[in-house]
Amino acid sequence: MSASAQEINNLINQDYKQGFVTEVAADTFPPGLNETIIRQLSKVKNEPAFMLDYRLNAFRHWQTLKAPEWAQVNIEPIDYQAISYYSAPKRKEDGPKSLDEIDPQVLDAYKKLGIPLDEQERLAGIAVDAVFDSVSVATTFKGKLKEAGVIFCPMSEALRDHPELIKQYLSSVVPISDNYFAALNSAVFTDGSFVYIPKGVRCPMELSTYFRINAANTGQFERTLIIADEGSHVSYLEGCTAPMRDENQLHAAVVELIALKDATIKYSTVQNWYPGDKDGKGGIYNFVTKRADCRGDNAKVSWTQVETGSAITWKYPSCILTGDNSVGEFYSVAVTNNCQQADTGTKMIHIGKNTRSTIVSKGISAGRAQNTYRGLVKVLKSAENARNHTQCDSLLVGDRCGAHTFPYVEVKQPTAQVEHEATTSKISEDQLFFCQQRGLSAEDAVSMIVNGFCKEVFKELPMEFAVEAQALLGLSLEGSVG
Amino acid sequence: MLSIKDLTASINDKAILKGINLEVKAGEIHAIMGPNGSGKSTLSHVLSGKSGYEVTGGSATYQGKDLLALPPEIRAREGVFLAFQYPLEIPGVSNVYLLKAALNAVRKHNGLDEVDAMDFLTLVKSKIKALDMDEKFLYRAVNEGFSGGEKKRNEILQMAILEPKLCILDETDSGLDIDALKIVADGVNSLRSPDRSFIMVTHYQRLLDYIKPDFVHVLAHGQIIKSGGPELALELEEKGYGWLEDGQVAA
Ligand SMILES: Nc1ncnc2c1ncn2[C@@H]1O[C@H](COP(=O)(O)OP(=O)(O)O)[C@@H](O)[C@H]1O
Ligand SMILES: [Mg+2]
Repeated sequence: MSASAQEINNLINQDYKQGFVTEVAADTFPPGLNETIIRQLSKVKNEPAFMLDYRLNAFRHWQTLKAPEWAQVNIEPIDYQAISYYSAPKRKEDGPKSLDEIDPQVLDAYKKLGIPLDEQERLAGIAVDAVFDSVSVATTFKGKLKEAGVIFCPMSEALRDHPELIKQYLSSVVPISDNYFAALNSAVFTDGSFVYIPKGVRCPMELSTYFRINAANTGQFERTLIIADEGSHVSYLEGCTAPMRDENQLHAAVVELIALKDATIKYSTVQNWYPGDKDGKGGIYNFVTKRADCRGDNAKVSWTQVETGSAITWKYPSCILTGDNSVGEFYSVAVTNNCQQADTGTKMIHIGKNTRSTIVSKGISAGRAQNTYRGLVKVLKSAENARNHTQCDSLLVGDRCGAHTFPYVEVKQPTAQVEHEATTSKISEDQLFFCQQRGLSAEDAVSMIVNGFCKEVFKELPMEFAVEAQALLGLSLEGSVG
Repeated sequence: MLSIKDLTASINDKAILKGINLEVKAGEIHAIMGPNGSGKSTLSHVLSGKSGYEVTGGSATYQGKDLLALPPEIRAREGVFLAFQYPLEIPGVSNVYLLKAALNAVRKHNGLDEVDAMDFLTLVKSKIKALDMDEKFLYRAVNEGFSGGEKKRNEILQMAILEPKLCILDETDSGLDIDALKIVADGVNSLRSPDRSFIMVTHYQRLLDYIKPDFVHVLAHGQIIKSGGPELALELEEKGYGWLEDGQVAA
C-alpha cells in the first residue's frame, strides 16, 4: 500500500462521535418475546383495548413467518428471545409534564447530541419529539402547533388521545402482514411520532423526531404515522444515533405516511446509527419499512434520506401513487464504509392517471463495504401516462468495496414512460493527488468529491439538515481510499 | 529556491531517477527536455509528492526546507505547483469550487484571510479573461468534457490564481494548437517575476520560442546528461537526442 493510501486509511478510523452511553435509571423488561410480554407492554403504556388486540394479532401472524434471507446481505441469525422489548428512563407517575421532570442525564444526552430540548435553546422553527430507547421523552413546541391545529405527539399519547385517527389510519399503508419486520414492529412497537395536519393547513414549522438507542440488549421498535389532510403541507425530519456497543442491536421501525387530496409530505432522514467498528463488530441492524400512500388526487410525497450509519441497513421508502396526478420522489445518499452493508432503494407503485415519480439514488462504498440499490417501478394498467425517471449512481472509494444495482420494472400500461440511468465511478488516488497538489488535504478532497457526487440529493434537504449531512459524510468517509 | 542533489527514485523497485542534480534560483526558467520514458514526469511527481515513488537517495531542498519530507498538500501550500501532463477530471465538483477551496487552503497556510465569494469571483474572472477562456468553464465540473487544450489552459488558470513560487509544467505545450500555445505562453510570461521560478518539461523548441528559458537540460535514462543555454534546445531540435545518448553510453 502506498504512503498516501496508508495515511488515508488512518483517517477512516475516526471515532463515532455519538457513541457515548448515558447512565440512567431505567425500567427494562426482561429479554424475551411472548404474549405475556405483549400484554405487559400494552398495560404499561396504558393503551386502549383495541391496541392490545392489534398487537396480539400481529404477534400471532409474526410467529407464522420466517426471517427473510437476502442475497446481498450477510447476517447472523437474530435471537429474538435475547432482546428486551421495552426500556424507558424511570419517570414520575404518568410521564413528564415538563422538562423539569425528565432525568437530567437524558436531557444532557440530547444536549451532547446537539439537540437541546429546552425550547429557548432550540433553533426557532423546528419542533422536536425525542425518543429515548422505547419512549418519547419530550416533545417541544406543542403549544404553538396546537394553535395551528397540528397534532404532533408521541405515538403512545396518540393511541390514547386520538383513537379514531389511529383506528382509521394505523396499518392502512403497511398492513400487519406486510413483512417479517413490519409484523414484529406491529406487535411490539413502543413509541414514535404521530402527526396530523388538518385540512388546508401549512404546518408552521419543521417537525422532527430524534431517535436515540441507549440501553444495551434492547431493540428499538418505533412507529411513525403522518397524516396530511386535504390541501395541507408538512416537512418532517428524522435523526438517529446509538452508543458504541460490541453486540448488534436491532432497530425495526415502521413509518406510514398518508397524503390526501392536494396534500404534500416531505420526509427527510439523516440516519447515523452506530455502524460497528472497523472490523464489523457491533452496530445497529436497521430494518425499516417506510411507505407512503398518495391517497388523493394531486398528492405529493418526497422521501429524502442520508444513510451513513448502521451495520446493516435494509429499507425501501416507497410511494403508492393512488390519486390521479400524484407525485412520488425518492432522493437517497447511502454511505457504507468498513464492513457496513446497505441494501436500500425504493418502490414506486403507479396506480392513478398521470402519476409521476423520480428516483435519485447515490450509493457510496468504501473499505470492504457493500452497497446495493434495489428499486421497483410498477405501473398498473390504470396508470395512464405515468412517468418515472430513475437515476442510480455509485461511487467506489478504494477497490475492496462493492456496489450493486437491481432496478426492477413492471409496466402494464402502454402509455407509461419509464427511464433508467445508472453510472459507477471511483475516487482514484490520482484524483486525490491532483487535489492535494492544489493544496487540499486528502480528507477535504474526498469530502469535496463525495459532496459533489451527492449534490442533487443534498439540495432536497432542509437547510439545517443539509449542513449536518455534509459534516456526517465527511466523518464517515474521510480518506477512505486504500 | 530549489536545490536537487544526487536524487534517485524508483517505482515498483525499478530505478527511474538515477542521480539528478539541479539548481534553480529565484526568477529562473529551466527547460527539461529528453526522450519519452527518460523520467521527466517522474521527476515532476517526486518533487510534488505523488505517492507510489520511493526516493532511494539524494535530496531536494526548497527554500531551505527538506522538500521530500513534506506531505504533498503542504508542498503545494508552500508554493510548489505542478501543471499535470494529463490533468484529471473530477465529476460533480465545479471548477470554481475547486479553485476557491485551493486558494483558501493556500492562503490559510500562509496566515492570510480566506477570500469571500465576491472577491474570489472578481479575481477569477479577470484571470479567466486573460487566458481567453469562457466563464462557463468556471461552473463546469473540473476538466469534465474539456478538450485537451482546454484542460491545459485550465491548469494555467489554476496556476495564475494560486500564484505559486515554483511552477513545474509537465508537457503543458503538448496537444496545443498554435493559438492555444500562444495563450498559454502569455499566461506563463505574465507570471514571470524575480521571485518565481519555472521548470518546464517539453519536447518542442516552439514553446521555447515564446517562453525563453535561462537553462536547458537534457534528461536521459534518469540522469541530466547535458545542460546549456537556450541554444542547446535549437541544437536538439536539429540533431535529436541520439548524439547525446551515445556519448552517455560511452562515458
Ligand atoms: N507505475 C509504473 N510502474 C513501472 N514503471 C513505470 C511506472 N510509471 C512510469 N514508469 C516508467 O518510468 C519511466 C519514466 O517514465 P516518465 O517519468 O513518465 O517518463 P517521461 O515523462 O520522461 O516520458 C518509464 O520507463 C516508464 O515506463
Ligand atoms: Mg512525461
